[in-house]
Amino acid sequence: MFGFSRAESIAFLVMLVLIAVSPFVLYPVFLMRVLCAALFACAFNLMIGYVGLLSFGHAAFFGMGSYVAAWTMKFWGLDASVAIILGGLTGAALGLVLGFLAIRRSGIYFAMITLALAQMVYFFCLEAPFTGGEDGIQQVPRGYLFGLIDLSSDMTMYWVTAAIFVGGFLLVHRIIHSPFGQVLKGIRENEPRATSLGYRTDDYKLIAFVLSCMIAGVAGGTKALVFGIATLTDVNSATSGEVVLTTLLGGLGTVFGPAAGALVVTSMENYLAQFGAWVTVTQGVIFMICVLAFRRGIIGELGAFFRISL
Amino acid sequence: MITIFGIPGPLLFGQLLLGLINGAFYAMLSLGLAVIFGMLNIINFAHGALFMMGAFVSWMLLNYLDIGYFPALILAPLIVGIFGIILEKTIISRLYKLDHLYGLLLTFGLALVIEGLFRNAYGSSGMPYRIPSVLQGAANLGFMYMPIYRGWVVLAALVVCLATWAIIEKTSLGAKLRAATENAPMVQAFGVDVPRLITLTYGGGVALAAFAGVLAAPIYSVNPNMGSNFINTVFAVVVIGGMGSIMGSIVTGFALGVLEGLTKVFYPQASATVVFLVMVIVLLLRPRGLFGRAA
Repeated sequence: MFGFSRAESIAFLVMLVLIAVSPFVLYPVFLMRVLCAALFACAFNLMIGYVGLLSFGHAAFFGMGSYVAAWTMKFWGLDASVAIILGGLTGAALGLVLGFLAIRRSGIYFAMITLALAQMVYFFCLEAPFTGGEDGIQQVPRGYLFGLIDLSSDMTMYWVTAAIFVGGFLLVHRIIHSPFGQVLKGIRENEPRATSLGYRTDDYKLIAFVLSCMIAGVAGGTKALVFGIATLTDVNSATSGEVVLTTLLGGLGTVFGPAAGALVVTSMENYLAQFGAWVTVTQGVIFMICVLAFRRGIIGELGAFFRISL
Repeated sequence: MITIFGIPGPLLFGQLLLGLINGAFYAMLSLGLAVIFGMLNIINFAHGALFMMGAFVSWMLLNYLDIGYFPALILAPLIVGIFGIILEKTIISRLYKLDHLYGLLLTFGLALVIEGLFRNAYGSSGMPYRIPSVLQGAANLGFMYMPIYRGWVVLAALVVCLATWAIIEKTSLGAKLRAATENAPMVQAFGVDVPRLITLTYGGGVALAAFAGVLAAPIYSVNPNMGSNFINTVFAVVVIGGMGSIMGSIVTGFALGVLEGLTKVFYPQASATVVFLVMVIVLLLRPRGLFGRAA
């Protein structure tokens, strides 16, 4: 199924069951936050896990997707589906421009460049009139999906969010297992060799980056729809750092890692929110532990334990 | 009053001076990053947090131990430098055999921890640090009044940057350092203790950041976010200059600070982004950076 191995198929079914059952047990709004974070992390994982490029500015695409979806829904009264698609296209367009600049360097320079470019986007959002500056775009109506489905109930919204997440998840999986994805992995392992085999590695990297940014934009747009708000938090560097942490904790380059990481990181934030800056300290400590002792992440370690690839 | 391009002289020179001061910080921070990167192959994301620590340590010395500004200028970099050496010995040195990206992620986590702890202890509002009485007041330069402290910052930064350059380019320790950057196993084979050299380099780079922090304390209020506000721009500066040359880092840092100051006069809306725009242009025309070596 979708190029899943047997172990992955079972894990996928487990995930589907969890998604289906959890809103009856847990608070749906919290779960939607997890799903948006998970989709965002899947998009980020496409770059770090399969192209080997660490983007430290992915919040730019998430945040701009969020702003555009919120703005078009609130002021143009667009359908939720169109607004989210526009969010994704915004992410892709921005990703094309910034990616074109960033892929000129690799390794740590790529990380620094994406960080700096995202900072530029942040300053732009701070100054630009349409983002509402410090206030952001608030009270965005959820409206209707395809003009039919009323999204104002949290349960309905949850199923839509779940569908978007599963769709995005399968898309990422499809990309990775396509011939295109194989070339990406080849570039990650040995770029000069891929070049000598006649692949234009820069084009491949750029396409992967644009796809990743598009999915990040969709995640941002969905987030704006769920919470009815788009703010500077979505574009700032803390959000960029968070998606790195999410993916690292779940397992870089694993299929299910980003989702697992999103569940843990979002729960932790939810729980620690009352303790102020301790969230930052905890995140930092997790970063360090992951790097020093836990580089495969949750899902990577699980997979290694059962000797399967997840 | 003199006007230049329709801008009153004092305003222009005032912003130029502010630009020079920012440039001094860019230069000191990007210099430390470049030196550390040369030896450790790690981009030190904790650099901004350690800069902030330098400012905090000088504040603590003053408020808890009644130790003034000038001793702090020596003591704070020393304390933070030792802290850096401990970090390198205990944590960072475990990563040298791994992909460079892990070093980046680790130091990023480190920065979150340090900033979070200071935010917990002191809040985010910021605390004032008085300019020492010797450096208070302003001097009349004829074309403008220059606050003495600001002039002092530019001068001190310049001296420290040039001293660092001289140590690396002109002394035998610097020669070993440069050699180890090129080919560490070979230098080790000649009997130089390379791991100790690496530790000292990290300590030195960190001390440089802390020194910048002490200089910054009276200008910006001492607060936990002062490092992260700076460091993103410093990364852009590093990309623009490339990390291949010590003098390159110094020149790029000062030049971009001045450019930022001038932008504030002529087109204030772009002053926050001008450094990033320069980075975009450099990436288009010369991806390895102005002073970078070919990959």
